[in-house]
Formats: sequence, structure tokens, C-alpha cells
Amino acid sequence: MIAFAVCSVLCLLGLSLAAIGMRDIRAASAIVYGASGVLCAGLVVVGLRVLATQADAESMRVPVGLPWLGAHLQIDALAAVFLVLLGTGGAAASLYAIGYGRHEHAPLRVLPFYPGFLGAMTLVVLAADAFTFLLSWEVMSLLSWAMVLTHHREEETRSAAYLYLVMASLGTMMLLLAFGLMAGAAGGYEFAAMREAERSPGVAALVLGLMMVGAGSKAGLVPLHVWLPVAHPAAPSHVSALMSGVMTKVAVYGFVRVAFDLLDPVVWWMSVPVIVAGAGTAVMGILFANVDADAKRILAYSTIENIGVIFAALGLALAFRANGMDVLAALALTAGLIHAMNHMLFKSLLFMVAGAVLTATGRQDLDALGGLIHRMPKTALLALVGVTAIAALPPLNGFVSEWLLFQAVLQSPNLTQPGLQFLVPAAGGLLALAAALAAACFVRFFGVIFLGRPRTNMARDAAETDRWSLAAMAGLALLCVLAGVVPGLLIDLIAPAIDLVLGARMPAQADNAWFTLVPVAEVQSSYSGFLVMVFVAISGGAAAAAVYRFSSRRTRRAPAWDCGFPDADPITQYGAGSFAQPIRRVMAPMIAARETVIMPPPGDMGPARHSVVTEDLAWTRLYLPLSALVGLAATRLNALQFLTIRRYLALVFASLILLLTGLTIWN
Amino acid sequence: MELIGNLVLQGVQMLVVLALAPGLTGLIVKVKARLMRRRGPSILQPYRDLARLMRKDVVLADNASWLFRAAPYMIFSATWVAAALVPTFAIGLQFSWTADLIALVALLGSARFFLALASLDVGTSFGGLGASREMMIGAIAEPAMLLAVFTVALIAGSTQLSNVVAFMSSGEMGIRVSMGMALIALIIVAIAENARIPVDNPATHLELTMVHEAMVLEYSGRHLAMIELAAALKLLLYVALIGCLAAPWGIAPADAGPAGFVTGFLFFLAKLAAGGTLLAIFETSVAKMRVFRIPDFLGVGLMLGLLGTLLLFVSRSL
Amino acid sequence: MDGYAFDIAHLLSGSLVLVSFMMIYQDRIYALLNTFAMQAVVLALAVAWQAFIQGAPHLYATAAIALVFKAMIVPWALHRMVARMGIQRQVETVTGVVPTMLAGMGLVALSILLMLQLTAAAESALAREDLAFALSVILLGMLMMVTRRNAVTQVVGFMSLENGLILAAAGAQGMPLVVEISVAFSVLIAMIVIGVFLFRIRERFDSVDVETMGEFRGDRP
Repeated sequence: MIAFAVCSVLCLLGLSLAAIGMRDIRAASAIVYGASGVLCAGLVVVGLRVLATQADAESMRVPVGLPWLGAHLQIDALAAVFLVLLGTGGAAASLYAIGYGRHEHAPLRVLPFYPGFLGAMTLVVLAADAFTFLLSWEVMSLLSWAMVLTHHREEETRSAAYLYLVMASLGTMMLLLAFGLMAGAAGGYEFAAMREAERSPGVAALVLGLMMVGAGSKAGLVPLHVWLPVAHPAAPSHVSALMSGVMTKVAVYGFVRVAFDLLDPVVWWMSVPVIVAGAGTAVMGILFANVDADAKRILAYSTIENIGVIFAALGLALAFRANGMDVLAALALTAGLIHAMNHMLFKSLLFMVAGAVLTATGRQDLDALGGLIHRMPKTALLALVGVTAIAALPPLNGFVSEWLLFQAVLQSPNLTQPGLQFLVPAAGGLLALAAALAAACFVRFFGVIFLGRPRTNMARDAAETDRWSLAAMAGLALLCVLAGVVPGLLIDLIAPAIDLVLGARMPAQADNAWFTLVPVAEVQSSYSGFLVMVFVAISGGAAAAAVYRFSSRRTRRAPAWDCGFPDADPITQYGAGSFAQPIRRVMAPMIAARETVIMPPPGDMGPARHSVVTEDLAWTRLYLPLSALVGLAATRLNALQFLTIRRYLALVFASLILLLTGLTIWN
Repeated sequence: MELIGNLVLQGVQMLVVLALAPGLTGLIVKVKARLMRRRGPSILQPYRDLARLMRKDVVLADNASWLFRAAPYMIFSATWVAAALVPTFAIGLQFSWTADLIALVALLGSARFFLALASLDVGTSFGGLGASREMMIGAIAEPAMLLAVFTVALIAGSTQLSNVVAFMSSGEMGIRVSMGMALIALIIVAIAENARIPVDNPATHLELTMVHEAMVLEYSGRHLAMIELAAALKLLLYVALIGCLAAPWGIAPADAGPAGFVTGFLFFLAKLAAGGTLLAIFETSVAKMRVFRIPDFLGVGLMLGLLGTLLLFVSRSL
Repeated sequence: MDGYAFDIAHLLSGSLVLVSFMMIYQDRIYALLNTFAMQAVVLALAVAWQAFIQGAPHLYATAAIALVFKAMIVPWALHRMVARMGIQRQVETVTGVVPTMLAGMGLVALSILLMLQLTAAAESALAREDLAFALSVILLGMLMMVTRRNAVTQVVGFMSLENGLILAAAGAQGMPLVVEISVAFSVLIAMIVIGVFLFRIRERFDSVDVETMGEFRGDRP
């Protein structure tokens, strides 16, 4: 299996190189995307096989990289789960891109990077030593950065890419330190050695903190999220789908691998920052999604929310594990991983929808769209599946992971530490708030884009998107429904991974009647997405049949009633800003929303103006001062560039002495 | 054979909630009218209204899409399924384990989601106004409800409504402060979710403060009938839910004979009447709030839910 | 029987916390005074119940004082004063309702945490929670005094703080001088109420003349 996976990675990397030479081939994008899709599908098969056969970990040492270390690769159950995730997302994005990529003006700005990006992400998942992990992590960052820069002529894109690069470097540096600490002075850089090593709680806490910054900045934890809502939307839509749907999950993988597999069981208080950051991220992310007016940026903010949900679940799992409640930890971790999987499905789907809308209309700001359900009926239907899933509504998949997480929260009064006893219910409340706000956000998303009347000519003249894209979206929508209706299969599938890192697993779900989920015991809770769907379908069908039989069946068309205001201009519809107004006002302190109304005095013919400003407090209160500080320091240190050689030598000498002194004290 | 009996019982439950729902709405209108010293329409008026709506033609706006026509059925079926999962006259019905309290909240959330989408479909300003306000109210009411559900679930040790009610009526519970808080939170949520005064006024049209009526403005004929019926079902659901948590008396266990079921049914009727009357009295005695005062009102529900949950979390460790 | 006795005592002290939150929620002075009267009634009930289960007749006196003095006389007097002196009927708040309530939640959490740790040796779980509730009422009263600008609301906050003290004193078995304490506090409050209204309100009136608001409304001559 491992050999096959490594071959796929090599093929993907090779494809990248080959793509550079395909300048003159007309079908270049079809070839590259098609081949990437097939290779990704192969990765799914590998992952599924490892999980289904519950095979032992397979490892391999490739003699490249550092001479004494080589590159260690391993495929175990945890890696297999993420291989399935990655492969599914990659295959869907590639299929989509066969159609979507045709609209790219300069395909060569994406093609050479795309397969390599997929390959690098796969390598991160397969890596079994710190060097391979960090190297592939960095390659993944750089290649995605290159694709963010695709539309490099736009000023916003350039600054987004720059911000992304800075944040990615910061993240990698933190990871470097974390792995350095885990390897210890002896330098055991293989994961196997790290697993065995003994370390004090202080070091473990430091490693966990560094991982939160390193993996969290890639995943988008508040306040490290600032790059995400500008960088993810800047890339072409299939790359956005990959970055939001898959790359953030690779970051989650890194965190899970370190926190649950490599570190010793952590002390309970280390779970507190994870839960706090997760719940806070969930609410802040979805609040910003609620007030933004750009379709792709809304999706990016919603990614932040979902990452928050995943991290809250991971934190809860850490807390349970620190208390020795391994079965409950398995429940929370399962909720987190299932949510990661679900988020990959519906977020990729929605980014593809946004891409289809962008292709059809050329616009991605909500206030330029509207009424697309008439022009793009198939895309609209698939988008409806996506928004229902992401809004955590039964019987689709978003609700399943949300429900599992709430079950885990309800099990947590058994935690003994008072700090957690106050934190967990508060976090549960925040997660519930985030879920409800997500519903509001995606009513707005779908309603303003697809419903109502077109607000511009571009929206009025839109046409349905191509078949490849539709096929990719339909596949993801189908998986969303399946994962919601028969979630037990997915839970059983990832159970070996949970077992691997926790030594415990949730009760097997396969034997339950009607695909019911029973996370702990049937007296406590159960949910059957399948039956809910059947019931809703039957009762809706019965109602429709009864109405059809007994009521007047006639239907007339007439102008909209609207309380007697005929033929209003489409601009009078509720748009992105007006729909957000109630929530924006209620939550104003959290997003620093300020409204100003300039009303001309009576008699003045000038227009009244209403403007709204929202600001990300993390950006204005944390990053701007920080960058000002860096700027100041740089100006001061500028003097160092104009020294004599003697002084340079003195500087080198002084730092040498300092290091030697430090070493003496250390020992 | 037993399965068929259980299925019949489940079917009876679904028909009972469907049949009683308009009556509850009628009762409230009647009591409110009597309190204002008017005679008021007959309790049966909502049934007649529904029949009348069914007979009428549907007038669709020119640019209404398929979603607009499908939404009433989706809203109705989600609400109906949710209502059928709340214990009315008996617990432990065949499919009571299909969805627990959390799923029930989410089912109602689905109904709200589709109603808001449908109101945006025609592209009128009233529809958008109603939808945006409804989603704001929902965004606070839903977590409040979930926290109240957490409290109830922690007390009863289950999120399955049947088990919860069985626990409540067993008398093991005693009197719990947190349960009281959860009930008050539930009542606040129920008032907000059912568009009652002081959050929304079910009797008004053409007023800038309306929420629910603004969303259904474009509906007519059989579609409007489905939405009205769904609204009535939702009200019945909340009254039944609060009834079976606050006063879990008289609900028959699953293996009770016909006599038990009849007693349970009579108890249920009494609870509905009491709940409806109390709601009417409450609605008559308060005034409608400004829209941006609603978050404060719902915030109280949220706080109470959280407080109840907190207390339970802490007292577990004693 | 014993279980129910405890349950009802617990319920009553919990309701006291609830009424404290209701007081924070009120934004009109009259409604606030009515809520305060309700809190006094709940307090009287709680103390009377303690008197009943502890068999301590002197606590009935405390309950009666609470009922007569705090649930009737003080609210009535404040009502009259507000009406007579034409004080603004809106409660002026420093922060919004929801942030204040969030802060209140934090205070309740804090007092529970503190009390449970301090009384870890005590055997009865519910009695420990009752103490925590009493502390919560006290802290919520203080919170109200801090976050409200108006003098009347500050007096109400102070009295609700004192309700918490009496609850704690009545709940602790064998606490001497409960009656005396409650009498002394009542006198103190009477002094404060009178003092505030004789001096501070006058001061306010010199600076904030409510009558001038009439000009802006345009419906008065």
C-alpha cells in the first residue's frame, strides 16, 4: 500500500514538472487535471483499503534528504483517514477543474503547481519524521502561495499573497520549534523516537502551544486567521476549494498527529486553550461571514468557523483523555474527524458553486447577483444541498458531526476539574450560537445569489455551467447526503484511526437498526438520519398528495403582491448588507461594526448616505501594532547596515561569546 | 403483529397533533377576544380558514421558482415530523428514538431555513425584511433552546424525549432550580419562535415590525394553508413540549392499554387548553417590543439556559 | 420529607438569584421596584421556610420584617418619591443589558466556584449551593450598583445585596442575631433612602432638569 501511495505522490510531482513543458499543448489542462484526479482517486482507494482491512502500519525509508536520517514514510490508520479526505477533495476539485480550468486566461500559472500541491499535501500525511513533514509542509505552503498569486495583476491579490507568505513562514517556524523540542537534545527526529521519548509537562505544554500556533495559523484559528479570508478567495475556485476543504484539514492532521499520537497524554489544563480557541474561532468566523458581501470570502470565513468547531472537538477529546475517559475522548475525536470530513465535502462543493457563479456572471459580490435559480437550475439545486449541509440541518451530514459534538459536551459533567466544568458548557453554548448563525449566514448566501430577481445584467444573462463541473458538484452533494443518512458507516470506517491514537473507540454502529447512531447508549441518545429523511419524505409526499387530491389545483401567475408596491426596482430587494443588518446590530461590539447615517438638512436636495464599517479587532488591535513595531525595529536596526568591518567582526565575536556563555549556563 | 400495533399508535400520534393544532390556535384567539370583552370567532374558525384556503386558487408571483412551490411542503413535513416526536398522550412510541431533542431543535431549524429562503424567492423587500429578522431571532433563540435542552438532558441523563419524560414523571427528580431556569428559557424561546407578542404580532399585517407575516406575504391558496398549518403545528409542539416537561402527568407508557391512552389523551387536551389559555392571558397583558429589544429578551433565555447548565455541571461534582 | 424540605429551600434561594437577574434586566424604574418587591417576597418565603424546617421561631420575625418593610413599605415609598419628584423613569445604564447579564453569569460562576471550594468539608451538597446562591445575590446587587447611574436604582441594588446577606444568615443553622442583623440593616437602609432623597436627588435636580425635556418633545406648551 505504502509503495502505491508513494508512487502516486511521485507521479503527482512529476506531473507538475511535465506541466511546465505543456505550453503548446491545447489539452494541457485536461491532461493535468484528469491525471491528478485519477491519482487522487487512487489515494482514496489506498486509504479505504488500509481502513477496511485494519492493516498494521506500513512504513518505508527512502534514502533521500539528510544522509543519516533519510525520509521516513508511514501509512497507518490515522494517515489513511486523511488520505481518504485528501483524495476525495482532490479528485472532486480535479474533475471540476477539467471544465472550470478552460476559463482560465493563463492556465500555466496554475497547472505546474496544482499536482505538486496535491502531492505535497499527501507527503505531509505520509511523513514519519520531522524533516519530511516540515519539508512537505513548506512545499505545500509555497505551491499554494504560487496559486494564490494566479491573478497577480490585482493589487488585492498581491497583498493577500504577501500576508499569506508571512503567516505561513511564522507557522512553519513554530512547527520547527515544536518538532525540535519533541526531538530533544538527542535529536530523535523520527516520529517513532518521539513517541517513546519522555518529556516534562512543561515541555509538552510548550509543544502543544507551538502546534496551536503552527497548525492553527494554517487552519485559521482566531487570531491567526487574518490571511485566510483574503488568500483563499484570491485563488481560482478549484484551488480555493482545495485550500479551504483540504489544506486546512492537513493542518488539523498535523495537530492531531502531534497532540494525540506523539505527545504523552497531556495534563487537563492544556486542553483549555484549545477549547477556548476553538469555540471563540467558531463564533468569530461565522460572525464575519454574516456581514461580508463577497461570496468566496463568506465561504472562507465559514471555513474559519468550521475549523473552530473541529478544534473545540479536539480540545474536548484532550480533556477527556487527560481524565482517563478514553471512550468519551473517542467520541469527541470522532466528532472532530467526522466534521473535518464533512467540511471538506460541503465546503469544496460551495466553493465550486461560487466558481460556477463566477464563471457564469463574472461577479462574486453578492449585491451583483440574484435570481440565478432560474438561469442555473442545476447549480442552484446542488448549492441548496451544500448550504443545507453546512447550516447543520438534518438529515444532511453537517448536522451529524454537530450532533456528535453536542453529545460529547453532554457527557462532560463527568470531568472533575472545576475549570473545565465552567468552560465546557460555555463552549457548548458558543457552538450552538455558531451553528445558528451559520444557518443565518447561508440563508443569506443562497438567498441573495440564487433567489429573488437579478440585480445586474450579468446575473440576468447567466448560463448554466459545464458538465464536468456539474459532475464534480453532484458527486460531492451525493456524498453529503450519504454521510448524513448513513453516518454509522463513516464512524466505523474511521474507528481504527481513533483506536490507534487513543486505544479506545466508539461503539460499533454497523449493527444498529435503520442506520441509527448510538454514541454512548440507547437510553441516552440516538439519531437516525435515514429515518428522519424517510419520515420527512413520506409526510411531505403524503401532504402533497392529499393537497393535490382535495384542493383546488389551479395556479395563476401574477405580478408580485409586495403589499401593493408594484414593479419595484430589483435594487429594492434585500441585499447582502440589508440582510445582515439585524445580526450586525445585535453583535456590533464583537465585530466593531459602526453605522453612520448622513442625513441632509431639510430643504437640501443632496442624498442621504448610510455607511457601515466593520473591522476585525484581531487585525487592528494585534497585527497593525505588531507590524508597526516590526517597522520601527527595522528602521532602528538599519544602522547595522553601515558599519565598518571591524565592528561587524565585533558583532560576530559578541554573538559567539553570548552563545558560548548561554551553553555554559545551560549545562 | 406488535410492530403493526406500534405503527398504528405512531400514526395516531401524528394524526392527533395534526388534528388538534388549528384548534389550539382557535382557542387562543377565542380567549384573547374574550379577555378584551369581544365575542371572538369560533374555536373552529382556523379549520374553516384552512378549508377555504385549500379551495382557492394559488396566485404565484411571476418570477417565483420551484423552491417557492416546494418550500411549503418541506416546511410542513419537517414541522410535522418534529411535532410527532414530542410525547403527547404516550411515550416510547415506535419511532421516538429516531431523533432526540437536539435533532428536534434542528428539524425546526430546517423549517425556519426553508421558510426564510422561500420568502427571499420572489425578491420583494418585505420578504427580505421578514427573513433577515427571523434569522436574527433564530440565531439567538436556537442556542437558548439548545442550552435549555442541555439542562433537561443533564437532569434526566438522556436527550431522548421519551426517556426524559419517563424520568420526570417517575418522581425521582424532586424540585430543581436549574429545571425551572430551563423551563423559563424554553417559554421565552417558544414565544419568540411562534411569533407571539411581545416578539411578533400574529394578528397584524402591513406593519414595519412584523416578522413572520412578512415572510409569508406572497403565499396564497393551498401553499398558504400548508404554512399556516405548519405554524399551528409548531405552536402545538412547543405547548406539548413544555407541558410534558413541566407537568409530566398522565402520559401513558408505551405498554399501557387503550384505557391508559384515553386517559393520556384527556390529560393532553387539558394541558393544551391550559397552555393556550395562559399564552392568551400573557399576550393580552404585554405590549409588542421594538425589534432591537428582542435580543435582550431572548438574551435572558440564553442566560437562563446557560445558568441552568452551569449549575448542573457544577453540582455533578459535589 | 427531608429531601423535599431541602429541595424547596434550594428552589427558593435559586429563585432569589433568578429575581436578581430579572432586576438587572429591567429598564424602567417602576418595573424595577416591582421586581424588587417580588424579591423581598421570595426572600420572606425562603426565610420563613428556613424557620419552619429549622424550628427557629425567631426567623419568622425576620421573614415578617422582610415582607412588611421591604416588600411593601420601601417599594411604596420609592414609588411615591419617583412620582413626586418626577425622576426620569428610564433606568440609566452604564453598559447594555446583555453585557451586564454576562458579567452577572460570571459572578455566579465565581461565587459557586469559591463557595464550593471553601465549604468542601461540609456534608450537604445543597446547603453548599445555597451559600453560593446567597453570595451570587450579594455580588449581583453590587453589580447593579456599579452599572446603574440613577440613585434609586443604586438603593435598590444595595437592598438586594442585603437580601443576599439575610439569605446566607438564615440558611446557616445556629447563626445568632439574624433578627437583629436584619433589623439593623433595615434601619440603615431607611436612613440611606431618606438621605439619598434629601440630598443627592436635590443635587441631581439642580443639574438635570427633566422638565426641560418637554421642549424637545413638542407636545407640551
